[in-house]
Amino acid sequence: MRIGKIIRISGPVVQAEGALGFEMHELVMVGNEELIGEVVRIEGDIITVQVYEDTVGLKVGEPVKGSGMPLSVELGPGLIQNIFDGIQRPLTIIREVTGDFVRRGVKTTALPRDKKWHFIPLKKVGDYVKPGEIIGKVQETPLVEHRILVPPNREGKIEYIVEEGDYTIEETIAKLSLNNTKYELKMYHKWPVRKPRPYLERLEPTEPLITGQRIIDTLFPVAKGGAVCIPGGFGTGKTVTSHQLAAWSDAHIIIYIGCGERGNEMTEVLINFPEWKDPRTGRPLMERTILIANTSNMPVAAREACIYTGVTIAEYFRDMGYDVAVMADSTSRWAEALREIAGRLEEMPAEEGYPPYLASRLGEFYERAGRVKTLSGLYGSVTLIGAVSPPGGDFSEPVTVHTKRFVRAFWALDTALASMRHYPAINWLISYSEYVDYVEKWWNEKTHGNWKNLRLKALEILKREDELKEIIRLVGIESLPETEKLVLETARLLREGFLQQNAYDPIDTYSSPEKQYKLLYAILEFHNIALKAISKGIPVSKIISLKSISELARARMNIPNEKAYEIDNILKRIENEINSIMEESS
Amino acid sequence: MSIEYRTIQKISGPLIFVEGVSGVGYNELVEIRDPEGNLRRGRVLEINRNIAVVEVFEGTTGLSITSSTVRFLGKPLTIPLSTEMLGRVFNGLGEPIDGGPPPFTEEYRDVNGLPMNPYARDYPTKFIQTGISAIDGMNTLVRGQKLPIFSGSGLPHNLLATQIARQATIVGEEEGFAVIFVAMGIKHDEAEFFKKSFEESGVLKNSALFLNLADDPPVERLVAPRCALTLAEYLAFEQDMHILVILTDMTNYAEALREISAAREEVPSRKGYPGYMYSDFASIYERAGRIKGRKGSITQMPILTMPNDDITHPIPDLTGYITEGQIVLDRDLHRRGIYPPINVLPSLSRLMKDGIGKGKTREDHGPVSNQLYAAYARAQELRMLSTIIGEEGLTDRDRLYLKFGELFERRFINQGVNENRSLETTLDIAWDLLSIFPESELTRIPDYIIRKYYKRK
Repeated sequence: MRIGKIIRISGPVVQAEGALGFEMHELVMVGNEELIGEVVRIEGDIITVQVYEDTVGLKVGEPVKGSGMPLSVELGPGLIQNIFDGIQRPLTIIREVTGDFVRRGVKTTALPRDKKWHFIPLKKVGDYVKPGEIIGKVQETPLVEHRILVPPNREGKIEYIVEEGDYTIEETIAKLSLNNTKYELKMYHKWPVRKPRPYLERLEPTEPLITGQRIIDTLFPVAKGGAVCIPGGFGTGKTVTSHQLAAWSDAHIIIYIGCGERGNEMTEVLINFPEWKDPRTGRPLMERTILIANTSNMPVAAREACIYTGVTIAEYFRDMGYDVAVMADSTSRWAEALREIAGRLEEMPAEEGYPPYLASRLGEFYERAGRVKTLSGLYGSVTLIGAVSPPGGDFSEPVTVHTKRFVRAFWALDTALASMRHYPAINWLISYSEYVDYVEKWWNEKTHGNWKNLRLKALEILKREDELKEIIRLVGIESLPETEKLVLETARLLREGFLQQNAYDPIDTYSSPEKQYKLLYAILEFHNIALKAISKGIPVSKIISLKSISELARARMNIPNEKAYEIDNILKRIENEINSIMEESS
Repeated sequence: MSIEYRTIQKISGPLIFVEGVSGVGYNELVEIRDPEGNLRRGRVLEINRNIAVVEVFEGTTGLSITSSTVRFLGKPLTIPLSTEMLGRVFNGLGEPIDGGPPPFTEEYRDVNGLPMNPYARDYPTKFIQTGISAIDGMNTLVRGQKLPIFSGSGLPHNLLATQIARQATIVGEEEGFAVIFVAMGIKHDEAEFFKKSFEESGVLKNSALFLNLADDPPVERLVAPRCALTLAEYLAFEQDMHILVILTDMTNYAEALREISAAREEVPSRKGYPGYMYSDFASIYERAGRIKGRKGSITQMPILTMPNDDITHPIPDLTGYITEGQIVLDRDLHRRGIYPPINVLPSLSRLMKDGIGKGKTREDHGPVSNQLYAAYARAQELRMLSTIIGEEGLTDRDRLYLKFGELFERRFINQGVNENRSLETTLDIAWDLLSIFPESELTRIPDYIIRKYYKRK
């Protein structure tokens, strides 16, 4: 066994000498307590290790032992509904071992070894299976059928496969042979976290990830397999937005990475998700969710690793042919962990103390998103949604700027909107999505072909409102023509009746695509009807005091998804009421 | 008996570099004997081969390379823990400074604490009534929350903190409640003010004070909150008590952190503060909360003065990213004689949503708060506008908002230093103010609530 001797300890960074033969990113055991670490630099016989556990009390001269393998995750049944730390140790087990507070040195496997799963084989003896092929399945939760894959680096003829029945993940379920070499397959395999899993080919993202959040789905959609950045200062609702996406997105699997954030936020997910129901299946959301938690007071190096742990698990479910959505809250904390470790290594800093490789690391991470044809010929996707916490809410800081280069949708959270309690506080003037053209076809099929026009029209009115506000600042509102006043009123309706969405209102929290479309259509149609009335000399003030207008503004809270047709009735009432004003005046 | 080293090689700011050491552990406690024979304490920040970098809590003034000796104690800094510590005053290292004997106990614990397992946490949902409308009505505090006060020099944050400590109750519950007060680099008279007001309100016998004042060594400031929180954890999770921890002033804490970082010649991030300031803050703030199956709780109320009233300064900024909201004090409101000068717009309580509503406070609480926010934000916007174009340029509806803004500050935000409003009162004032609007303006409130509470004037 290769052993080095510690010569330097500085926080989570440890150096050891006499460590010849260690590999880059090799998993190592540090000190007498065998803390888990990873090699991050090699110079001659000196290795530098980032340690994933607290290094208090560690001494110079203690050993660093190599494991011969890179930092990896275990992939198999037992992942769903679990909550892991940054290096995939279940927090439930850590609690059993060390109590309510996390102590170091806990040795545990990621997946339960004693639990039996009901395995159904899908291949038979004599079949030839290629890498990544599905050989059987396990119903892991009522929502998730866990497809058992041949590891991407294995293939061969099936010499033996077990019958349908209950097995633990350590039992051999099949034996393969290839050129006289034999392999035993279990229900799980390991994969290094820093190595993207292979696939056959990359595909265009053409299907929207429906999130039930109106401003996202309608104005700034993300496609399944896309990458998004959500930047926002504190208090702008990054976490609530991430939770909403995790709750309501129409992905098969949700992976929520709490990276350097608050402990109570993870607890909130743990409490809510088993109770909240998936709007499509009626099952508890937790049955399709995996949590990775490295809270802000847990060891900083594990914060660097947790992002990779999460995305590797995501790729594994993608390879089963699923759509997976990953929320990483917050990638800034991950970048800061990089910075802290780089600082301890005395590396030359680039912008704001971040290491020069920040951009390339971000690029590597976001490139792991995508819609692909898997090795087994299925279609799967990984959507990455990364929250960014820019210092002082300043979007020109390095993490936001570099992230923007690698994502194609940008949902900018705005402090001014948040302080008005306009949630989600996504600023419609600076946010964008390059996925609009990709998902247009999907929406048009559902909305008789005019989704894109409605969307543009709404953005145009909001843009015009912004310009008019500048003018009002100079001349006051009374000097505006009636048609411009109407623009302001329609924009207000859009903001209050469409863009705003209350995450804690049982009806408003999730809007079906149909309801979204009907609401938007009604508001814009109101604009057209009112324009006609104005041309007949009716003042805007008279139109907007109509009862049916405040009904429309509150429809998002009052009309549930399954009664979306009632929005059409409100529109009819608006039309009738405006018509009767016109008749009165003429 | 451990080895006594006479090998200090370099003294720089609060740090000493000791050469030729062996068997020294990272972060362990160190004893330094100065030339006069007095003992000081410190801890190991880094070990590089046979050199240990040690920060000295009491400062390095008077230490010398030739005549000071160093001993490594082989364990991290611990403090004794006991319920007898309530009613007592300690320095930043947890040593009594009120003339009384050291607390009698067998229980010693590492001041650095351990991270709470997120899976073991219980979600804070119990509404704490502070009797202050701007907090209870719009930024509700719950048990186990960490809610800082962002203030500025000269604003009445101390007054507000003591009012909260005095009035905070959980309606319909009588349980063990104690205040732990941590002073970090504050002035003597500020510390006196807290002591006196705790005394007057009878809180003092149920409180422990950890004082590191402006003329005490800065490094001790880094240890004081950790000692206090270690006691808080003991009282909350072993003795089933509800603890309110007031930490003031976090700005001085951050300055001390920067001082050490500069002495170590670390690569700085923003404004010279170290890159790990976020993680360091988190190691304090995250020690608030509740644990499943245990009765007690730790609620934190850190106070910080924003340098130059700048909320984007790294200290409030990093704090806001960790704490569960913030209460922001405003110089303009203060000048206009409004107390407490809480600007509700940038203020926030993240845990409010789970502590309020039907069965907890009142069903209209959430929507009313939302509507107040929206209306007041609109009023502020129009105020700016009317200073440019005059009130004549506004519509009748806009003028209604201006009136609301004025009433809101005078009647809702403003209240007496000893005025303890029930939540009912707070919400009733809110409806009274909202009722100047026609129903069609109240778009944040669902119909059934409007029908029940709205009274058009």
